[in-house]
Amino acid sequence: MTQVRDLTAAQAADAVRDGKLSATELFDAYRDAAAADELNAYLYVAEEPNVSGGDLHGVPLAVKDLFCTKGVISQSGSKILEGYKPPYTATVVENLEKAGAPLLGKTNQDEFAMGSSNENSAFGPVQNPWDRERVPGGSSGGSAAAVAAGTAPWALGTDTGGSIRQPAAMCGIVGLKPTYGAVSRFGMIAFASSLDQAGPLTRDVTDAALLLGHMVSKDPCDATSIGRPDEIALPRSHKLDGIRLGRPDDLSTEGVEPGVMEAYERTLKLAEDLGATIETCHLPHADHGISAYYVIAPAEASSNLARFDGVRYGLRSNGGDLLSMYTHTRHDGFGAEVKRRIMLGTYALSSGYYDAYYGRAQRVRTLIATDFKQAFENVDFVVTPTAPTTAFKIGELADDPLAMYLNDYFTVPMSLAGIPAISIPNGLSDGRPTGFQLAGPAFSESRILDAAYALEQAIGFDGSETRK
Amino acid sequence: MNYEPVIGLEIHVQLSTRTKMFCGCELSFGEPPNTRTCPVCLGLPGALPVANEEAIRLGLMIGLALECDLAPTSIFHRKNYFYPDLPKGYQISQYDEPLCRGGHLGDVRIHRVHLEEDAAKLVHAGSSGRIHGSEASVVDFNRGGTPLAEIVTEPDVRSAEQASEWLRLLRTTLRRLGVSDVNMEEGSLRCDANISIRPVGSQEFGTKTELKNMNSFRFIQRGIEAEIARQKGIVESGGQVEQETLHFDPATGSITSLRSKEEAHDYRYFPEPDLIPIAITEELLASARAALPELPAARAQRFESELGLSADTAKLLAFRTEYADFYEEALEGNGSEPVPLANWITNELTARLGDEDPQQSKVSPAALAQLVGLVSEKKVTNAGARQVLDKLVADGGDPAAIVEAEGLGALDDTGELDGAIDAALAANPDIAERLRSGDMKPMGVIIGHVMRETKGRADGGEVTRLVRSKLGL
Amino acid sequence: MIDREQVLHVARLARLELSEDEVGRMTTELSKILDHIEKIGELDLEGVPPTSHVVEVTGALRADVPRPSLPREVAFENAPDIADDGFRVPSPQAHA
Repeated sequence: MTQVRDLTAAQAADAVRDGKLSATELFDAYRDAAAADELNAYLYVAEEPNVSGGDLHGVPLAVKDLFCTKGVISQSGSKILEGYKPPYTATVVENLEKAGAPLLGKTNQDEFAMGSSNENSAFGPVQNPWDRERVPGGSSGGSAAAVAAGTAPWALGTDTGGSIRQPAAMCGIVGLKPTYGAVSRFGMIAFASSLDQAGPLTRDVTDAALLLGHMVSKDPCDATSIGRPDEIALPRSHKLDGIRLGRPDDLSTEGVEPGVMEAYERTLKLAEDLGATIETCHLPHADHGISAYYVIAPAEASSNLARFDGVRYGLRSNGGDLLSMYTHTRHDGFGAEVKRRIMLGTYALSSGYYDAYYGRAQRVRTLIATDFKQAFENVDFVVTPTAPTTAFKIGELADDPLAMYLNDYFTVPMSLAGIPAISIPNGLSDGRPTGFQLAGPAFSESRILDAAYALEQAIGFDGSETRK
Repeated sequence: MNYEPVIGLEIHVQLSTRTKMFCGCELSFGEPPNTRTCPVCLGLPGALPVANEEAIRLGLMIGLALECDLAPTSIFHRKNYFYPDLPKGYQISQYDEPLCRGGHLGDVRIHRVHLEEDAAKLVHAGSSGRIHGSEASVVDFNRGGTPLAEIVTEPDVRSAEQASEWLRLLRTTLRRLGVSDVNMEEGSLRCDANISIRPVGSQEFGTKTELKNMNSFRFIQRGIEAEIARQKGIVESGGQVEQETLHFDPATGSITSLRSKEEAHDYRYFPEPDLIPIAITEELLASARAALPELPAARAQRFESELGLSADTAKLLAFRTEYADFYEEALEGNGSEPVPLANWITNELTARLGDEDPQQSKVSPAALAQLVGLVSEKKVTNAGARQVLDKLVADGGDPAAIVEAEGLGALDDTGELDGAIDAALAANPDIAERLRSGDMKPMGVIIGHVMRETKGRADGGEVTRLVRSKLGL
Repeated sequence: MIDREQVLHVARLARLELSEDEVGRMTTELSKILDHIEKIGELDLEGVPPTSHVVEVTGALRADVPRPSLPREVAFENAPDIADDGFRVPSPQAHA
């Protein structure tokens, strides 16, 4: 590990600003490391920085494959978009380029962000730097693995039902899903439009705050974007005095790995030491989150993925007539999990089933959002383990899609409610990282980051072991 | 048994915005194929729609003009189906919460008005070498994403003729609103008809068929007539009408089924998550209201009550906006009499121009007003003025100058007219005799003779007066 | 529960060709997932409004101002089959 890559992103930006490090040297160090990556985390590595200067002083950025980057492959981990180079760049990537973060590379992911293990990539699974036989989590597994392995100072991911938080937990790094609408979705290859949100994957909480601050914007190209009412400040709180942490009693702990529960309890104890109070809170409908999510997300996905038809871009498999061109193209281009979700979503929207599935799921979504609003009347944050398990073995859950879906149990409710949540590493179970999730009301990112920072200092998690 | 047709109409109107419904591409007017596209209207991965405020304003104007209830908030849905002219695999349209509901135009009630995006254009390309043994088409996305308002009527129309007449009124209304070019040939106004028949007196509806995309008033009338006849034939021979989508071929007059039955449609509508609900703000509504011109029905009323036109003439003018505008412009100029001017336009000018827009013709409103003035002043006869109008339509120009140049000025009672009458009486001694004896029936023969001789410059009434005085009657 | 016929119907709607093997697997897997999802059938949802958008934004409309379109060669850059200045496809009539 070179000294340059020992620095966090914020430290590296300061070093460049202060003239202690050249932006070129910084970029080259990461470019070489990314090019030498052995985890299959990268699908593309840039040769040269495309921007410099700015508030981020040339600290390079790894970007999940599904963000459109002009002239650079953007495939969303799918064979149907293999080699696709878009004619425009996603707003959030553009925002960060303007702030002085050059594109380091494009990272591997589950196909169309559908997955919790990164095994659904058309370009092969990503390995977890903590244990090469295990998954890095998903769907932003490439981004998480790259940051954990130190081949990127930080990375962009997207979170639809946990796709930033869960891989962050499994790779021992920080991942934040912002409030829905805080970051523009323009140029993000859509999975589920009402849930997708871009966020940072970073080594620490400070880097997450720094990156998020330059991501947010109200984008005229995204009607659902709001931006933020205030600036994201860098966190500095070391105490949690007066903070009420809500521990939901309605979420089942059945199936949660003992080591994950132990880490969770330890962190709650630490929080109390820092001045927080732990209170029981009620999210009576959160237990139904997975069911509602696995109707809404596939339904939207089935429609979002209809554009992959072999007409204007991407793979085309000819079959003679038009109908066969469609069915062959989509058969050859989509992987098994994507097909499964397209089928599930198409079914949930189809005539005669809409009310029983999509209609009901949308109502459950209302109940879950209301649960959180009511909970936040009594507590500042809701806290849970990020994922029920630590990283599992590659192939372990491949034949059991439902078990894989249940890995999103703790992260999906926040996605349905559109509220921000962060995962910070809070220990090891059997030598593998565990994650602690804090969720707050809409637009409470600054407060979440502050609380997460205080906990991070107290936990003292050491992730340097995997950065070689 | 007698059957009565029950007809509902669905009209798609391309709105006259500058840019497309959900992106900043300019609308296309015959530009080279695929030069008016962007990531949004090509359905590129990651692109998102943002609704055009002007399209919503134009939609509201239609709603106001048709006296609809305007929804304070309405939402866009996705209508999912695969077709090469549909880049996203879904059309953004409105479903159960449209922009406007209810309302009426004339005696036909409006069911709803909603906004959506147009499909692209699919052009047959002949045989393709690459796709062996099959025909190919080529997609041009210039039109894709053009804003459309879909106007759906209640099934209040009872004949093909009524359908065609009502559509003319709708077209005039929309043109008057300035919300669309309403050009049927170019596809900016398209009409589908839902048609069923039922025994006269029955309140039940029969099974309806949908007749697609008829692109002229004539085809609409003929298509609906043909479909009514087809349904009657089926029912009278003991069969049952099947619900299907049909295409009318104006060349052969035949009706064919457009889609195979096995492909049952399931559009899987759901709320478009990329767009937020449209909230109609006070400003938007006020701006739509302010832009609302006087509509044809109100204009006809005004022509009748303020200008003294007959109800029929008033409607003839007001329901053809281009003629009503021409009329009002002509009125402004020379202080012409409103009634004769209106009659000249509805009787003479329309007959000469057909479907041509008078504003684009060689006749200027001022010239027509001047001509009608010359008639009123008896400087030219009606017959002479018709000849002048022929000239104006052919070549344009100044009516007085044409009268002068062509020698079409009305004859007075001395000189030439006197001589012509004398000649006519001399040439028809038997007629002259019958007139003298008090039988006025053959007066027309003398007038006709005089007219021929003077090339229509004589006034019929004047000729009669002179003949009577000459014969001492 | 979803049966084989429904799977084939949904696959047709979604324009997905499924092999015999995939149809079987899909039927089993989807049934298992749907059994889990159907838990939401137990909830009393009387009077609960559906949520389509979690955010409350209004006024996100676009002014009617033209923006540059893509040059045609850029629009065509990723296209599998271009002919006569357009995107060539098998004719839809062929299977109607």
